[in-house]
Amino acid sequence: MSTTNGLIGKSVKRVEDNRFITGKGNYTDDIILPGQTYAAFVRTPYAHAKIGSIDTAAALAMPGVVAIYTGADVAAINGVPCGWQVNFKNGDTMKEPKHPLLAVGKVRYTGEAVAIVIAGTREQACDAAEAVQVEYEELPVVVNAAEAVKPGAPQVHDEAPNNMCYDWELGNPKAEVDQAMATAAHVTMLEFVNQRMIPNAIEPRSYNASYDAANGRYTLYTSTQNPHLIRLLMSAFVLGIPEHKVRVVGPDVGGGFGSKIFHYTEEALLTWASHKINRPVKWTADRRESFLTDAHGRDHITKAEMGFDKEGKAVALRVKTFANLGAYLSTFSTCVPTYLHGTLLQGLYTTPKINVDVTAVFTNTTPVDAYRGAGRPEATYLLERLMDLAAHEMGIDPAALRFKNFIPPFDGVNQPGYQTQVALQYDSGNYEGVLKKGLEMLGYEDFRKRQKEAAQNGKLLGVGFSTYIEACGIAPSAVVGALGARAGLYEVGQVRVQPTGKVSVFTGTHSHGQGHETTFAQVVADKLGIAFEDVEVIHGDSDSVAFGMGTCGSRSIAVGGSAIMKSVEKIIEKGKKIAAHKLEANAEDLEFAGGRFTVKGTNKSVSFADVALTAYVPHVYPKDLEPGLDFSSFYDPANFTYPFGCHIAVVEVDKETGTLALRRFIAVDDVGNVINPMIVEGQIHGGVVQGVGQALFEGAEYDENGQLTNGTYMDYCMPRADNLPMIETAGQVTPCPHNPLGVKGAGEAGTIGSTPAVVNAVIDALWSGGHIVKDLRMPITSEKVWRAMQTA
Amino acid sequence: MIPTAFDYTKPATVEEAIAALSDGDSKLLAGGYSLIPAMKMRLTQPSKLVDISGIPSLKGIKEEDGEIVINAGTTHYEILTNDLIKNRLPFFTQAAGIIGDVQVRNRGTIGGSLAHADPAADWPAPVLAAEAIIDVKGTGGGRSIPATDFFTGLFSTQLLPDEIIVAIRIPVQEGARSVYLSFEQPASRFAIVGCAVLRKADGRVNIAFTGVSEAPFRDRGAEAVFDGKSWDTATIDTAVDAAIGEVDVLSDHFASSEYRRHLAKVYLKRALQALA
Ligand SMILES: Cc1cc2nc3c(=O)[nH]c(=O)nc-3n(C[C@H](O)[C@H](O)[C@H](O)COP(=O)(O)OP(=O)(O)OC[C@H]3O[C@@H](n4cnc5c(N)ncnc54)[C@H](O)[C@@H]3O)c2cc1C
Repeated sequence: MSTTNGLIGKSVKRVEDNRFITGKGNYTDDIILPGQTYAAFVRTPYAHAKIGSIDTAAALAMPGVVAIYTGADVAAINGVPCGWQVNFKNGDTMKEPKHPLLAVGKVRYTGEAVAIVIAGTREQACDAAEAVQVEYEELPVVVNAAEAVKPGAPQVHDEAPNNMCYDWELGNPKAEVDQAMATAAHVTMLEFVNQRMIPNAIEPRSYNASYDAANGRYTLYTSTQNPHLIRLLMSAFVLGIPEHKVRVVGPDVGGGFGSKIFHYTEEALLTWASHKINRPVKWTADRRESFLTDAHGRDHITKAEMGFDKEGKAVALRVKTFANLGAYLSTFSTCVPTYLHGTLLQGLYTTPKINVDVTAVFTNTTPVDAYRGAGRPEATYLLERLMDLAAHEMGIDPAALRFKNFIPPFDGVNQPGYQTQVALQYDSGNYEGVLKKGLEMLGYEDFRKRQKEAAQNGKLLGVGFSTYIEACGIAPSAVVGALGARAGLYEVGQVRVQPTGKVSVFTGTHSHGQGHETTFAQVVADKLGIAFEDVEVIHGDSDSVAFGMGTCGSRSIAVGGSAIMKSVEKIIEKGKKIAAHKLEANAEDLEFAGGRFTVKGTNKSVSFADVALTAYVPHVYPKDLEPGLDFSSFYDPANFTYPFGCHIAVVEVDKETGTLALRRFIAVDDVGNVINPMIVEGQIHGGVVQGVGQALFEGAEYDENGQLTNGTYMDYCMPRADNLPMIETAGQVTPCPHNPLGVKGAGEAGTIGSTPAVVNAVIDALWSGGHIVKDLRMPITSEKVWRAMQTA
Repeated sequence: MIPTAFDYTKPATVEEAIAALSDGDSKLLAGGYSLIPAMKMRLTQPSKLVDISGIPSLKGIKEEDGEIVINAGTTHYEILTNDLIKNRLPFFTQAAGIIGDVQVRNRGTIGGSLAHADPAADWPAPVLAAEAIIDVKGTGGGRSIPATDFFTGLFSTQLLPDEIIVAIRIPVQEGARSVYLSFEQPASRFAIVGCAVLRKADGRVNIAFTGVSEAPFRDRGAEAVFDGKSWDTATIDTAVDAAIGEVDVLSDHFASSEYRRHLAKVYLKRALQALA
């Protein structure tokens, strides 16, 4: 199908912004149901403790209190499930301890819920929660993944000896990699921590559950990224209630960054409780609860080695990672350090031998799961830090070293996809292209001159590179199923043409900042040749959308958009039959362009709106054709999509204080075809800011007692506008060869590419001043830079 | 983040406010930008709030009898945009300009900040360096406390529970110049090191730090270096060497005491150079 009215590729303003910037958004916390009650949680102040007696008597007697439930009340209910099974190297299934709705017997991380208090107002619930008396007997605590597997470490779960969830390996056999490594002329080794991040969506998690006794129906409003998945997991796996009697709605959602993909204990608990008390129950996390109980991200302790021959060609990569999963398995926690991390370690390079070994570990910390990029930032950080460091160590220019090692361009049509050593087959790529463009934008030669001059004048400038690849739209279902996914990863798209020719599009993806209501409407309006305003996109309600896997992993346009495209094709095909009948021609002789069905080579045509009306008022109509113009499609992709790009950071260091200033940030991203350049640029900007946040500002800090010591905005530093220069973005287009729109996805690229570029720039600046350091632990505070300049 | 229940009263005069303070576990509410967060975290649970934001006599800035008088309820923003302050006490303008964000500056007050005595608050440094007098009133009448005596430690001052800060008085020093520089904590943007320097017409200097220790302080050791000395690089370097001395320097996850001490010296040097 060809573009018909030029809407694809246009920076159409976001239609959803009208309601957001006028305060008319409808978030879960805005929803107040008749008979509404409010919940507050009693949460453990200890990271690891036996629970003694729980005395709720005083709290129950307080004004407005409706009910209080503790672990004992829900002990018979299943825990929340994990959606991805990873096996031990020896084939044993991973350890999967129950993740209970309320702690039973013992608590395993600070902030874990011990009791729920339900009252007539939020204030009453909070006051009563404070009056619940819980006896704790403190147990020894372990927070660090590498420590947790050592003999004698405190045990988080009895059923997981040495706190191991699984160990796992991917790539070439270890012996082959060792052998290749032994031939290397130079080996660059880096031991580092990819620190724990707290996602910090601006809208806290919020749930409002109700039970309609007359019809035996549950409704859950939830601040989620994937309502259907929540419905499935909650009804079938946790509560054992009939799926068709459960409606899950994800209304407007104020950001997720991964943290709202997962099925949280509170969702199921509130739904269960709403039935128990036969009144709606609402809970909205306060910011402290968000810090403590939203699933965190990253937290890897890694040793990585990359061997090079004397020309600088990579010969081997060996990686050992301890991944901290926290106290319980969150929904997709197990696939992040494995299938979203190990599989990306080919990067953009031709490294012939790769082995990655991952040990996933339980600790007394908040569960860790996918956070913007999920595994791919960890892989990219590892590779790109190694590349820059190797270049510095070998005295080769870091850009030149990359050019030497890049996989040559391939379009996936005339040239085949690229088979990596770590299971994936890249779809299409032109990796040198993005680096060349980035270098041009930077003015690289000139920069190196200025850097030298600056060093002579007592100023330190540094440049850092990151040439990344990522994998979006995890698929196909059969493949991910074989790898342990317990869900299919297809998408559903329904296109309903109304009798007037206006179009409603239903998607199983969910928009919480991505702008689907705009982009998807652009696609449909373009392909149907109708006005943008004539298309509305509906998402987020399991009662109106057939099914869906929601939005995560930058999958929405690549998978969800493709499902919609399939339905659009069916609409056009059926439309041709209707039009042919009207025009007294054969359907095969019709072409559809510019919103009209035309008999090829004639001026006989009929408009799309006309055909739509005829479909619903089928007085003059083909004999064997059903009325109506409404199609739903499932799309299961043939492969992942592989966006890639080049990010370049320039930093300046204040030599007296170690303070860093990010002077420039260049992002050249190839996300395949672009539907709405403004939205893509916005996604890149947001992603870059989060990636810079990880490099320079953010990071959860646990003390040895398992207390989160920086769980407020006074201590946990979010990046702000004045921390960044104007981000310089540019694109390159290498279409995806295997989906109808040729799109690859843009939601995570910014986060994945940016972090190592910034850290590499700091290291480069330090080297330019003669301070030979291999690594600074993120977030790189002024003090860390200052110390590096004192000692190195 | 819901505070415990409390009563609320909004008096029209300082006298009424003092009376309202004397019964029960009451607390004054000014801008609320330190108090309300603490109440939401339930770190403090007053039974009653006495809102002083409607008391006319606590508002405004004037010059009178050789003094600049800033009434305690004056907001950071009002100080930031006041011309008298800009001309007479430029380091007050600088400090006001970096406190919090627009919302905080629009509601937060200088009196509230001084009473709260956060060790990382910005105001204490210029207030100390300017030789301010803090006027308070309570059931026992009024008294004037030199800023140098006012701060007694972490979140603690000389204020009695029934006392209200009514004004901050600063002697006008003709020909004096001043600067305030702060190294901000990246998350809260409070001062890790805040350094205020007032250079008098005769070359003597007042130096005050906030953020460095549990309480803000005048650095007498560094100040003394300038007595009878000319303002040259050597003097500045000597003062920087002398600065901080035996002070017990704070340590936290953004800045160890060693680094903070170093920063204090760098910022003092930069402040002195700006006035050289
Ligand atoms: C996001 C944020 C960022 C901030 N950033 C900074 C910053 O960078 N630098 C900085 O210095 N500060 C900062 N602050 C604190 C801010 O300056 C506060 O406004 C100030 O500390 C308190 O003033 P207030 O008028 O809000 O006092 P309130 O919060 O109303 O009161 C604080 C305390 O002082 C008492 N009090 C108030 N007025 C009087 C009075 N007249 N007499 C006696 N006692 C009184 C109250 O009873 C209470 O105990 C920030 C605050 C926030 C929320």
